[in-house]
Amino acid sequence: MKNYKLRDYHGASWDEPLIMEVGNKGERGIIPPWADQEIREAVGDAAGLMPGPMLRKSELKLPELSQYHVLQHYLRLSQETMGMDLGADIGEGTCTMKYSSKMHELLVRADKFCQLHPLQPEKYLQGVLEIAYKFEQFLKEISGMHQFTFQPGGGSHATYTNACVVRKYHESREELKQRNEMITTIFSHPCDAATPATAGFKVITLMPDENGYPDLEALKAIVSERTAGIMFTNPEDTGIFNPKVAEYVKIVHDVGGLCFYDQANANGILGIARAFDAGFDACHFNLHKTFSSPHGCEGPATGAYGVRKELAGFLPVPVVGFDGEQYFLDYDRSDSIGKVRSFFGNLECVLRSYAWVMNMGEEGLRMVAETAVLNNNYLDKLLLEIKGVSRPYAEGKRRLEQARYSLEKLKEDTGVGSEDIRRRIIDFGIQGYWLSHHPWIVPEPFTPEPCETYSKKDIEYWAAAMAQTIKEAHEDPGYVMNSPYGQPIRGIKDYSAIDDPEKWAMTWRAYKRKFRNK
Amino acid sequence: MGKKPFVHPYIPNSVPEIREEMLKAVGAKNIEELYMEIPEQLRFRGKMNLPEPILSEYELKRHVEDILSKNTSCKEYLNFLGAGCWQHYVPAVVDEIVNRAEFVTAYCGDTYSDLGKFQTRFEFYSMMGELLNMDVVTEPAYDWGTTAGLSIRMASRITGRNQVLIAATVGSDRLLQIKNLCQPPVMDNHITVNLVDYELKSGLMDLHNLKNKISDKTAAIYFENPSYLGFIEEQGEEISRIAKEHGALCIVGVDPISLGVLAPPADYGADIVCGENQPLGIHMLCGGGQAGFIAFRDEEAYVAECPLQLYSITETRKEGQFGYVEVRSEKTSYGARDKGKDWVGTSSGLWTIGAAVYLALMGPQGMREIGETIIQNANYARQKIGEIEGLKVYFKNTFKEFVVNYDGTGKTAAEINQALEAFQIFGGKDLTGEFPELGQSALCCVTEIHRKRDIDKLVMALKEVLKK
Amino acid sequence: MRKKLGFIVNPIAGMGGRVGLKGSDGSEILKKALELGAVPESPVRASQALTRMKSIRDDIEIITYPYHMGQYEAANLGFTARVIGKTAENETTAADTEEAVKAMLEMGVDIILFAGGDGTARNIHDVVGMKVPVLGIPTGVKIHSGVYATSPANAGDLVYKFLNKSQKVVLKEAEVMDIDEEAFREDRVSARLYGYMKVPYERTLLQSAKAGSSAGEAVSMDSIASEVINGMEEDWLYIMGPGTTSRAVMDKLSLKNTLLGVDVVCNKTLLASDVNEQELLTLLEGKKAKIVVTIIGGQGYIFGRGNQQISHRVIRRVGIENVVVISTESKILALEGNPLMVDTGDQEMNKELSGYVKVVTGLGKYMAYRVTY
Repeated sequence: MKNYKLRDYHGASWDEPLIMEVGNKGERGIIPPWADQEIREAVGDAAGLMPGPMLRKSELKLPELSQYHVLQHYLRLSQETMGMDLGADIGEGTCTMKYSSKMHELLVRADKFCQLHPLQPEKYLQGVLEIAYKFEQFLKEISGMHQFTFQPGGGSHATYTNACVVRKYHESREELKQRNEMITTIFSHPCDAATPATAGFKVITLMPDENGYPDLEALKAIVSERTAGIMFTNPEDTGIFNPKVAEYVKIVHDVGGLCFYDQANANGILGIARAFDAGFDACHFNLHKTFSSPHGCEGPATGAYGVRKELAGFLPVPVVGFDGEQYFLDYDRSDSIGKVRSFFGNLECVLRSYAWVMNMGEEGLRMVAETAVLNNNYLDKLLLEIKGVSRPYAEGKRRLEQARYSLEKLKEDTGVGSEDIRRRIIDFGIQGYWLSHHPWIVPEPFTPEPCETYSKKDIEYWAAAMAQTIKEAHEDPGYVMNSPYGQPIRGIKDYSAIDDPEKWAMTWRAYKRKFRNK
Repeated sequence: MGKKPFVHPYIPNSVPEIREEMLKAVGAKNIEELYMEIPEQLRFRGKMNLPEPILSEYELKRHVEDILSKNTSCKEYLNFLGAGCWQHYVPAVVDEIVNRAEFVTAYCGDTYSDLGKFQTRFEFYSMMGELLNMDVVTEPAYDWGTTAGLSIRMASRITGRNQVLIAATVGSDRLLQIKNLCQPPVMDNHITVNLVDYELKSGLMDLHNLKNKISDKTAAIYFENPSYLGFIEEQGEEISRIAKEHGALCIVGVDPISLGVLAPPADYGADIVCGENQPLGIHMLCGGGQAGFIAFRDEEAYVAECPLQLYSITETRKEGQFGYVEVRSEKTSYGARDKGKDWVGTSSGLWTIGAAVYLALMGPQGMREIGETIIQNANYARQKIGEIEGLKVYFKNTFKEFVVNYDGTGKTAAEINQALEAFQIFGGKDLTGEFPELGQSALCCVTEIHRKRDIDKLVMALKEVLKK
Repeated sequence: MRKKLGFIVNPIAGMGGRVGLKGSDGSEILKKALELGAVPESPVRASQALTRMKSIRDDIEIITYPYHMGQYEAANLGFTARVIGKTAENETTAADTEEAVKAMLEMGVDIILFAGGDGTARNIHDVVGMKVPVLGIPTGVKIHSGVYATSPANAGDLVYKFLNKSQKVVLKEAEVMDIDEEAFREDRVSARLYGYMKVPYERTLLQSAKAGSSAGEAVSMDSIASEVINGMEEDWLYIMGPGTTSRAVMDKLSLKNTLLGVDVVCNKTLLASDVNEQELLTLLEGKKAKIVVTIIGGQGYIFGRGNQQISHRVIRRVGIENVVVISTESKILALEGNPLMVDTGDQEMNKELSGYVKVVTGLGKYMAYRVTY
């Protein structure tokens, strides 16, 4: 590995006070429109039109700043946010931090999209409905599934939708009381356990066998007539593709359960492997990951949820249909689970995804997948050259688009763990990495994902930053443990606010009450 | 595709020479080798029937714009639709900030690398806390319907009870979302949903009916203010008193843009407040701008049972400097914790940023003025429409929405809405199927974006339509 | 005020292991070990642990015993050590350990770090109980107690963080097992649950929507208790094995609990306390029952270590399908992929219990885990 010159980075550091603490009484940021004079004369004071006791009596303490100062404040805060465009976000595994075209933003901001009301009559929404319908057809090709909904507002919302569909399916066969167990695996995303639990199921988790695959023998042992279904991710966050995935599906099908394929990790297998071919009944995609819609500080997002023909009737309403001439909204579905989200979901994510697929085409999608996998294999090689880094499970086997590593050896030798390394590498101008979902099966984990957006040099830089930080950990553990140094703030003093009611403060008023006696 | 190698602007390593270098470095002869772990029977070798790609940005933009041109927006037609998504003015500064690349692309960076994101969020919670008069506000999620359902589940966990009473004036879509979260009756931990009647004239909750239905099995009472049907529920204090008497919680769903003028639910006894952020500076986006929040008092039991993310401000090692941490309460020894926790995931983070900027711009005066404008505009519309022969306007009062009844015209709400289209007007949401007891009716929404001439145009159009 | 670290090294611990002997308690075995060329290991490991605290040397006062019971190790690394008590240089006994610990308690130590095997842990427990947190540096052959760190370095890190009041470190209760050394050397394993001590462990502070959440021990145990209680059937007997997780169930039912023994519950009331095998068999006559057991000790045993009262006869009577295994996720993960173990005294029963079990890890939460013998 070349000797990379790491940046002498320092994040913008404005020492910007909280907006609640600045401004002056009387200052205005914006003047909202007032009702026309004639209206005011016709109806009188607003207060008089409201029931007296319901009028606000307590003073409303909001900031009072001029417009320039509000803008300035939030521009400064945006500068103190690295996001993904600024710092190569190779580290956030499972998030697929890929470039989101700025041209797409122009489409979203256009009046012909952002000024649409979802309840407008269908004939005035033909444009969005066409995009939703056509994009659905793309996903059908990519996955093999029969029908999709874009109503879920994120990946975990899609897995929740699946739990509701499985629930409704068994309920319609009068087997729901008996079938109250959902199976998942420990390396799947936690929502594959949390959302069926919210839907009312008991959840049984499979542990990895010595190769890192979910224990197949365990699955055989625990399926029964109580099994409602299985929900799991493949490849799992370890980046290992389970070659026996179809066997799992068969085992669950044989007892009458339904199989859901959490495809949050689809970026490496677009056009390479399909959910339908492995026998799955349903799957989902994260449009804000694989399909380039941006992450937006954690939303808005879309978990596109797709099912086989047999389950299509259970999808939430409305579903977009096409009669050969017009696109229409189908609400007349008696088996539907109803709604998981108001209106149609976040169509802006669908709009961007549509444009992205139109830009890529079949060859492009394969190029995306192949490059994601090639990038990851390249990073993998560089990382495994660093002393202290190990990659558990499936020794000698390749990973797909991401991999989970362990800094256990580093921790043992120096006391510096993964959370410490993460805090220090951002000082090189790259975004912090993803460790792992709870619970940590792999000790001191980190999980990067160098998707197709990143260049060879980006990958080398990232590995070089890791190597440097780990070197520092060996030479001066205290230095790494007291990081970061190049960010707007220093390390958190004490973490008791996490679980001490006397120390936590979720609003400024709560903070003042507890710490400043106001 | 032609013989030119496919190099894409979003894929730097699609350049063939670089690919070769990297393949060599990882010891693979070709890309196929990298996929060897996938068994052949799971490999997709077919052709995906996808359109030929449009490679140039210009043509792609034009292609999508051509499709979008088939939409008619609320800029072109006069819009009176509401019912959960409302047309309010979005200040330019909000758009400016919400389109900053740093915020648009941020994800799970922590308080060090994404400090601005956390500080903005904390400012949102703080400003909402003032608006709602409550000390704890969550990071928002999905939409109002979701947070209403999650608030109910939260109340169920706090009280250990499995029944909820909901005002019958809640919209049917929201109710469907709540019912999904409450689980079907056959499941062990399901929450039974019972509706509480309302007085047909005023819209207000029928307190006799409430008293009949509430028991020591009720976890909570849920109602909305303003109601989905537009009126103000004035009996908030009485309802929460009745709830407390029975050991139940009072959950109120609120439209925050009303809180510059109207009292926050905490002031009349609400224990948990939920609602919709979209009116606070978020575009309609065809329903893609929704974001629901939850707020409550700073009490351990509530914090421990809260399903959404909570962040606390905390000091760093430098004097006077702050960072942010996620709160995770471990309290166990109260009530019955017999219910499992819910999930939380990526949902509506960018709208938190937008709403923070909005509230900072509006300040107390702006929030009061916009509330007043909305009330005056909506009530003017209500008055004028009520004067039209054959039409009736329902319920006691109006914040921004009101029900127009068409029974006296012999026409259906659907027919009238269709006729209004000829005037380039989107009429209010047809409520006929949703609330059969209200007859042929529509939910008309008027906000600060409507001028007198807009409302007059609607009135004139209705008169024209009814002449036929 | 400087923090006080009680530091005690049992220099002969682990000596037998390297030369193929099991354990090294007892002067007979010690002599044999030395003849075979065994070298004291625990002082080296103890130093490895102490090294990790070098950066806070000036903030700690070490209170320790003379010679290789801690004095030399501390001095070699530059720590200020207060040496208490007397003992012969090359022979240390259980009595020495207990004396040392008594004195440390009197001096108000914040935590006791020790290097030694199960025997040493037992000696310390006899004096400390739950009064002060304790942490073991692994040096013995095989450790059955759960009061140890995963390695000497890990022990040093944990104590360092604990003394620095890091929020990352919290306390949990861990088992102290009493191994019958005689039986052990005759290839018979006999262990009983001796007691509990408080031990520091590290949790992660990083949370995000993506990560899901990891509940603390107390919350986990409480939700496990909820799941068990929710499933309790009328008129069935529930044989509650020893351990802190079972205690959580008893606490939630407000019933008196025998932490180290077996209790029987029926219709959510206490039927019998601290029963033996015979009493169990008598109670079971004509009744339906379930057995609720948890992992006892650091080797992953759910039967045969600390709950021998629930014999193979009892299990046969109850029925294998009525065995309920409960454990917090963190305890299962501490097994690092190794299976749960059973040793009921009857090979047939052991075989039948092997396979996979659904371990209750929370409310409506289960983990499918391998069991073997």
